[in-house]
Amino acid sequence: MNKIVVGILFGVILGALDGATAWFYPEARPLLAGIMVGSSIKGMVVGLLSGWFARRVQSTTWGILVGAAVGLLFAFLVAATDTVNGRHPYLEMMMPGFVVGAIIGFLTQRLGIPGGAGKAER
Amino acid sequence: MEVSDSLLEHLRHVAALPDLTGTRYQLESEIGRGGMGVVYRARDRQLGRRVALKILDAALAGEAQIIAGLEHPAIVPIYEAGTLPDDRVFYAMKLVTGAPLDQYVAGSPPLAERLRVIRRVGEALAFAHTRGAIHRDLKPQNVMVGEFGEVYVMDWGVDAVAGTPAFRAPDARLDQRSDIYALGALLRFALPAPAPPALCAIAGKAMKAEPSARYSDAPALLADIERFQEGLAVEAWSEPLWHRLGRFGSHNAVLLWLLAAYAGVKFMLFFLRKF
Repeated sequence: MNKIVVGILFGVILGALDGATAWFYPEARPLLAGIMVGSSIKGMVVGLLSGWFARRVQSTTWGILVGAAVGLLFAFLVAATDTVNGRHPYLEMMMPGFVVGAIIGFLTQRLGIPGGAGKAER
Repeated sequence: MEVSDSLLEHLRHVAALPDLTGTRYQLESEIGRGGMGVVYRARDRQLGRRVALKILDAALAGEAQIIAGLEHPAIVPIYEAGTLPDDRVFYAMKLVTGAPLDQYVAGSPPLAERLRVIRRVGEALAFAHTRGAIHRDLKPQNVMVGEFGEVYVMDWGVDAVAGTPAFRAPDARLDQRSDIYALGALLRFALPAPAPPALCAIAGKAMKAEPSARYSDAPALLADIERFQEGLAVEAWSEPLWHRLGRFGSHNAVLLWLLAAYAGVKFMLFFLRKF
């Protein structure tokens, strides 16, 4: 399977699961479906970019770092447009987004068929 | 006239040296001696290089032909074969400088390095088997590790060779599976103590008394070693659950750490929101 497809697939799944953890917050339960969809889209974009990077650079360390950075960036963008109790939930969104991005970055390095002219690192 | 013992011994020694008249080689010293013949270090006068010169009984002349047909990076190449004035057969081959496997292992190399050598030997065996050749006497002394890390399998056997007891299969008739047995014995020999149980199991399977219970061929054994090196389950060992979990953990350590980090972050945020 193509690394970009792997990234999108795991991005959607992990994004949905990350969004589903909103269930533990009773005040967020009515919005659960919307949160899951939004989180899935965010995960999909992170997976797409991580997969694209993994096709060019085969390095687990760099895959994790780039995935985490992209996850952090998109979580920041989402948090900046969202408001909970009158404030932006930067911490609540960026911390999990950072780790989920790292996981997606790791998986795109481990799974899928690399393509393109990339440089190898071990 | 009385002849002293030392002179007599010297005369005996000189008389035993092969007569290289008519060849381009000049004898330098004896390297080794076995059941099949004697190996000398010699100088190729024509090309100005040193070679290993093996002198065989005429009855064993087929050996040179067997080895000459085995062109493989882990099999010592034959430069020339011929007949001496006394009708004995000789062949000149690359002079390998390095250490035999027993000396090499005594230097306590890391496990990955030991396995690299064994895999190289296995590749040479696999290649030879596809050409219908059998080693028959695989043992640490017949595996040389060169100064650049290159591995050579030496002394390819002929029918007359019976093998070395500790590495010889208990088979009535030696065949490819007997070489698999010897490769397993070689693996067991090369392992450090304590050895990983999966590798012991691989060696154990290769050394089964019943030939049909061994690996079917050298590539199958090599594939199991490769599985071990990749952190996967090996065919030779049905590992206990705790071991399987441990292997899964070490093989997926990064992923498990990331998942643990995610769980930690989520727990922290969940409890922090109450304050």
